[in-house]
Amino acid sequence: MYAVITLISGLLFGLGLAFSEMTNPSVVIGFLDIFGDWNPSLLVVMASAISVGMIGYSVQRKRTTPLFSGKWQIPTLQQIDSKLIIGSSLFGIGWGLSGYCPGPGLTALVNNPSEGVYFVAALIAGSGLHYFQAYITNK
Amino acid sequence: MDTIFNPLIGGLLIGLATTIYLLSLGKVIGISGILSQLLFKKGRLLPFLFIAGLIIGGSAYGVLTEQTVAFPESRSPWLLIISGLLVGYGTRLGGGCTSGHGVCGISRLSPRSLVATAVFMVVAIITVSITN
Repeated sequence: MYAVITLISGLLFGLGLAFSEMTNPSVVIGFLDIFGDWNPSLLVVMASAISVGMIGYSVQRKRTTPLFSGKWQIPTLQQIDSKLIIGSSLFGIGWGLSGYCPGPGLTALVNNPSEGVYFVAALIAGSGLHYFQAYITNK
Repeated sequence: MDTIFNPLIGGLLIGLATTIYLLSLGKVIGISGILSQLLFKKGRLLPFLFIAGLIIGGSAYGVLTEQTVAFPESRSPWLLIISGLLVGYGTRLGGGCTSGHGVCGISRLSPRSLVATAVFMVVAIITVSITN
């Protein structure tokens, strides 16, 4: 059941990206280009996804456990630290450069492979670099 | 019409995915986190299934849906490599991306996610205004 739900969630998420054209970096850059020919799609996607998500969390708060798991594993971190700010800034630069964030970048392996292979290889290397750095620091 | 209708449906599907995942399994969908689990953690089956589903679903683009904007002409590999490195490293350092912070975090009004989303949105807008 766990595996089926995971697969279905991934499929729905991917379909959502496809339907909203978020798989196309030109659409994303069109949104980020607020001083140019602005494309509001991403704002509509976020607002619509967050509205449904908020209903989900309001149900979550009333239940003691998830349907198929023993406990909730929702992030509990609270502090707003330099890692959050620097990490999000670096992500913002990378996102603005290509128009790919992780999800759409992964789908580019199929939709636009001549770009997807470079982006995803570097995406893996970048997250690997952070994993390696955290591993060395915690040693 | 399509500029509102398709994003609206797409957003509903994304919200549905995060809600099913949350209420069934008790977890938050963060693509950058799920990818790093697949790469570096034990228990690879579930993150593999999620990423496989994501790529299959995402490839419906232009098949089930109409493409209204052309894909960019193949851009410099260096641009994509620098972008990928920054996205990969930055999302792990900042603990999330557009899905984990942007959709799931804001849905539960997490102050950390609100700040992270504001930062990466503003920085990305500035980046585009410089490069375009």
